[in-house]
Amino acid sequence: MSPRTAPILHVDHLTMRFGGLVAIGDLSFTANRGDITALIGPNGAGKTTVFNCITGFYKPTEGMISLIHPGGEPFLLERLADHEIGATARVARTFQNIRLFSGMTALENLLVAQHGPLGNASFFSIAGILGLASYRKAEAEAVELASYWLDKMGLIDRADDAAGDLPYGAQRRLEIARCMCTRPVLLCLDEPAAGLNPRESAELNDTLRWIRDEHDLSILLIEHDMGVVMGISDHIIVLDYGKKISDGTPEFVRNDPQVIAAYLGVEEEEVEDVAAEVQL
Amino acid sequence: MAEAVGGVIGARTADDSIGSAVKDAVITGLIAFLLFVVIVGLKTENAQERLVLVNRLGLAVALAALAAGVRLLLDLFFWRGARARAASEPLLPAGSIILLLGLSYIIGAYFFIVPGASEGLATAAADIFGAEEWRARTRIAIQLLSFAFLAAFVVLTAMGLVLIARRALRLAGIGAGREASKSFLAELGAQFGLALLVIAVVLPLLVVGPQQRYALETASQVLTYIMLGWGLNVVVGLAGLLDLGYVAFYAVGAYSYALIGTQFGWSFWVCLPLAGMFAALWGIILGFPVLRLRGDYLAIVTLAFGEIIRIVLLNWYSLTNGPNGISRIPRVTFFGLDFDRNGENTFHGFFGLEFDGVHRVIFMYYIILCLALLVNFVTMRLRKLPIGRAWEALREDEIACRSLGINTVTTKLTAFAIGAMFAGFAGSFFATRQGFISPESFTFHESALVLAIVVLGGLGSQLGIVIAAVALIGSGELFRDLEEYRMLIFGASMVAIMVWRPRGFVSSRMPTVVLNERRAISGSHVKEGAG
Repeated sequence: MSPRTAPILHVDHLTMRFGGLVAIGDLSFTANRGDITALIGPNGAGKTTVFNCITGFYKPTEGMISLIHPGGEPFLLERLADHEIGATARVARTFQNIRLFSGMTALENLLVAQHGPLGNASFFSIAGILGLASYRKAEAEAVELASYWLDKMGLIDRADDAAGDLPYGAQRRLEIARCMCTRPVLLCLDEPAAGLNPRESAELNDTLRWIRDEHDLSILLIEHDMGVVMGISDHIIVLDYGKKISDGTPEFVRNDPQVIAAYLGVEEEEVEDVAAEVQL
Repeated sequence: MAEAVGGVIGARTADDSIGSAVKDAVITGLIAFLLFVVIVGLKTENAQERLVLVNRLGLAVALAALAAGVRLLLDLFFWRGARARAASEPLLPAGSIILLLGLSYIIGAYFFIVPGASEGLATAAADIFGAEEWRARTRIAIQLLSFAFLAAFVVLTAMGLVLIARRALRLAGIGAGREASKSFLAELGAQFGLALLVIAVVLPLLVVGPQQRYALETASQVLTYIMLGWGLNVVVGLAGLLDLGYVAFYAVGAYSYALIGTQFGWSFWVCLPLAGMFAALWGIILGFPVLRLRGDYLAIVTLAFGEIIRIVLLNWYSLTNGPNGISRIPRVTFFGLDFDRNGENTFHGFFGLEFDGVHRVIFMYYIILCLALLVNFVTMRLRKLPIGRAWEALREDEIACRSLGINTVTTKLTAFAIGAMFAGFAGSFFATRQGFISPESFTFHESALVLAIVVLGGLGSQLGIVIAAVALIGSGELFRDLEEYRMLIFGASMVAIMVWRPRGFVSSRMPTVVLNERRAISGSHVKEGAG
């Protein structure tokens, strides 16, 4: 196994423009394997846009995003179609506003996530229509993987309930379980703690740490809840107006005056001091 | 012990409930009689310049009895819950179902089968209203009602038989070993689909006599629409892609068979898969340009596509013979035996039967039944496969689909292709059944009708589509005597159903895979798809 400090994701000079608006301007950062890397910043800083570029929902205007699998295989994400990023580069993501298949059961949601392997087993659906043993075996395995994740996320009792019927916290957990069923190497979580109460947030921290340690996974995280961010992140990148303003360990970022200025604002008389300090 | 006590209490409450229902019904009848006797029981008529009191007590009694009957039924079936809910379950449903069965059979059979039975009532009505046109109206009404009763009887009997067969199989240790934890009514209701299948299989035996040909022709037509509905269900119901030009694929299938059959003389069974393939190809051709479209835009493009196909068929004179259509389309044969009166290899000659035109009708009926069942089987299987789940996931949330590595392009194209293929099969059947096709048969009206069947039945539900197709196509045939009022009834009933059940007859969705317990998913969670 390669050392944990090896990089898994390189974002180089990423720029994303919407017309005249520069959502991300020349952003570069590296996420290391096995790390929980957090992307934070005030509202409108461009965090979700970075996610959308990484997962292929947006094509970046400029820049390069490369993913290196544990086996050393490189993927240039900006050149792949969105579904290829999920299927071959194995990057999974959740959404800020939960996007579950609400009319399907929790179990079905997790089986949809295993579309690729199951689809191969069904051999263009022919083996499936004929009900061959090979397909039935593959399906049983898929259900097994799904129930493993339902169990780990504490959802096993609600496996046969519609996803839309689950309470909010459970929907968040189901979305993570659905990502994990795609067997990702990089998991991108867009505000997983939004709308959770403190107890649920604490549980989420434990779950994320456990997933990372148990399943040899790297996590990229957008979060506003500083309790979650400071608690579990190994590495934090701070964005403001599409630019990186800080990059380092939680300890470093917490004390960075630029970050404090971006988050809390500054007194009017201090503006010039701070501006001098941050070399604006 | 406790169960025994519960049973006794249950039985007593049930008795009470029937007793009180009868009591209520009698009271309702009396009140209704008192009201009706003055309103309709006595009538003044102007006879030779003086008023005469006409006695119509019979009518008042009939109306009062009707009110009492309705009250009894409401008490037994709808309001019973308020009185004795769970306790009455074991006895009451069985009793009331037997009552309903008996009533349906007696009323239905008497008026529908016994010739001239409705004459008496028709004459009475004509006398009462003093106008001759009421004779025909009453006759039609009685026939419709008695048909409905008879149909209810047949369906209930079939459900009962299927249930008995299931239980017998379970006792014998064959079949699904699932425990019967459901209530009797729920269990009986669960046999509905299978009961319909049984009825469909034995239909040629159920309807005999002069009506048989007409009944089977109608049934074949209904089955064609069921098949079209099932095909469109893949596109609209499962994948959530609104398609207003579905009839185009039906036309492609029909013209494929008509042209290949007449030009090359190939057999129906060779042309059937070919027609399906051509239609699927056109499904893909339509699919490509609409991949990026959603909602209203998708609907408009598919609508236009349907019209393009029809107009091409209309104007490509050298190939399709334009508005004159294609006639003399070869008929389907029974393993090489045809259904003509004269010839060498005739069906009746081979089996030593008397020639009867209905043989072909029965044969065609079974062909379309098999085709429809094949379509149903394939769809049900596909729904449980990755591709089917991807369709449904696409309907629920396309963006989430893409984030999970599902290729939405191929997913949409397969939905269009499979849906179109089913329409192609239906189209080639239509061509061989009619023997003549022209672009007239493939207008937008057909697309709208099939879409109405799918929406009315409940998006994504196979059984709902059967009910909707029977209701829409069957009622169209049934109300044929009502002439211009037919479309009025059609429209009004559609509005009523949509108000009453906005998501169609079957609005819930059954999960495709279960861990512990199969539970229907409420329609409120299931999305309709945005294209």
